[in-house]
Amino acid sequence: MATTSTTLDSPRMLPEAIRQKIEAYIPRYPSKQAVTLPALHIVHSYLRCVPYQAMKEIAEMLDLSPAEVADTMSFYGFFPQAPLGDVRVWVCRSISCMLRGGDELLVHACKSLAIEPGQTTADGKLTVEFAECLGICDHAPAALADDGRVFGPLDEPGILSMMAELKKGPVPPESL
Amino acid sequence: MAAFEPVLSRNWNNPDILSVKTYESKGGYVGSRKALTTMSPDNVVDLVKASELRGRGGAGFPTGLKWSFLPKDRKETFMCINGDESEPATFNNRYLVEKDPHQFIEGILIGCYATKANTAYVYLRFEYIKAIQILEKAIAEARVAGHLGKNIYGSGFDLEIWCHRGAGAYICGEETGLIESLEGKRGWPRIKPPFPAIEGAFRKPTVVNNIETLACVPHIIERGADWFKSMGTPKSYGPKLYTISGQVNRQVCVELPLGVTTNELLEDHGGGVWKGRKAKAAVPGGISMGLLKKEEFDIPLDFEEIRKTGCLGLGTAAVTIMDDQTRIIDYLYNTTRFFAHESCGQCTPCREGTGWLYKTVSRIRNGGGRTEDLDLMSHLANNMGITPGTTICGLADGAAWPIKNALAKYREELEDFIKHNQNPAYKITAGQDAISRGKSPLASNTSMFVPGIGLAKSLTN
Repeated sequence: MATTSTTLDSPRMLPEAIRQKIEAYIPRYPSKQAVTLPALHIVHSYLRCVPYQAMKEIAEMLDLSPAEVADTMSFYGFFPQAPLGDVRVWVCRSISCMLRGGDELLVHACKSLAIEPGQTTADGKLTVEFAECLGICDHAPAALADDGRVFGPLDEPGILSMMAELKKGPVPPESL
Repeated sequence: MAAFEPVLSRNWNNPDILSVKTYESKGGYVGSRKALTTMSPDNVVDLVKASELRGRGGAGFPTGLKWSFLPKDRKETFMCINGDESEPATFNNRYLVEKDPHQFIEGILIGCYATKANTAYVYLRFEYIKAIQILEKAIAEARVAGHLGKNIYGSGFDLEIWCHRGAGAYICGEETGLIESLEGKRGWPRIKPPFPAIEGAFRKPTVVNNIETLACVPHIIERGADWFKSMGTPKSYGPKLYTISGQVNRQVCVELPLGVTTNELLEDHGGGVWKGRKAKAAVPGGISMGLLKKEEFDIPLDFEEIRKTGCLGLGTAAVTIMDDQTRIIDYLYNTTRFFAHESCGQCTPCREGTGWLYKTVSRIRNGGGRTEDLDLMSHLANNMGITPGTTICGLADGAAWPIKNALAKYREELEDFIKHNQNPAYKITAGQDAISRGKSPLASNTSMFVPGIGLAKSLTN
């Protein structure tokens, strides 16, 4: 293993404002380690990924080993280590969506973009992933964009116009 | 049936209810004020016990009893609210948070007062982006209005509620997996005992309650245990949010007294089966619970009756309808794929079992099935989970139940499928055939998890 130390060997990548946002979470919990997920979310919404350098900086702030942050982060499906598309969209493949054609829609969507599920379009605008149940089964077959927009019930033309809409970029949270 | 007046969903048509002022004007925060200013914490626990409220998260454990397991001499207590809601086809908790957040906050306040918890963590799955926004705003408003913070209503009771976002792991809906995740670790469930009531979040006594469970509490305080027990079926009292989705005309979340039947949900609320087709089967409460045949659609969906069909339980009361053109093999493909993806990997029987079930079902579906595969699936399903005692949590039981129910109820269809779907690409080698028929010493390894017999057998081989 290269290092378990929290000494930083390169300049910080997280600006002071982001560090302060993370620190504001510390009084909420009896242990600093509990701030790991909030910190990962804060970094993710700033960088749209969590590279190893950011893990090290989170570890330093929370008195953890970078390996502990990496261990937690890698358990969850949400955090990529390199940026994805400007918008990330999950197409649901769980039971209610599957019964209404969700699996086929995911294939159709990816084929039209010439990508595989989990990949990003060449223009960097859109990442399409599958998801297990998104909890929006009232819209099944459904999709969720990472800015919070919910789409569905989708059909083949519907998913294409959804993607065209998503390629215009994310919408601000207050528009939900 | 007497006309049912909605309880939990009564404000859902009023978008202004998101504001604390409107919620108060509709009689909100009356229950919490009554509890905190006129009742002792033990009084509240006793009243909830008397109402026989059972947890709405899936297991149906009596809420008041759960609260009373906390040690009497405890110094610090935490409340964790399980809003991970990841059971496929379930979205009732999202409705509760998005459409009436203050009712939920009021429930948390009363639950925390009863259990003497001064900190509550609401663990919400990250996908509920809008719900998180709404809840955080509502918490801030409730604090300004004096329903949270220090010395609430002059009672001397303090409470802070924090939202904690998940990151996409089904297992964090298991209460100890949730606690581990809250603590900043991977969401690996803990061996119980100790139960969370004794040693939970941050090694302190902790109550983990579901959102809908807590949303019931203000109404019980206001209207009493007898009122609550006037709804539902024996041992399953009160209102319940059912969701109906899948191959129906209308996918909805609807509040009804506990014990409604699948037929009523399908016909009265789901608008019948889509495309003019007939129903074939249903998932009664999230895919972990198993499978109901059409002939079982008149069984009440409550905590007790549903078990008589061989289903694991009511689960999340998320009903998914399958039409008569749906193949059971596709249903199994979907459920095994889900659990293979969501097994946390901690216990070998689950990590490997869910994976092999998925591979076996996929092979059958692709035309490589053999009739003995069904016995292999049954063997795997019977040897993974807390039912046989081979895993830490119940995820594997949920993975096994669709298999068990499908084999019990649709074995003929599956055998028929195998017989008529043979793809020549799946030619089996002599060695593979020997292993699959138990003629190879390697085959005994599959018996390892049969308690008592299997291990001895594999050792003597």
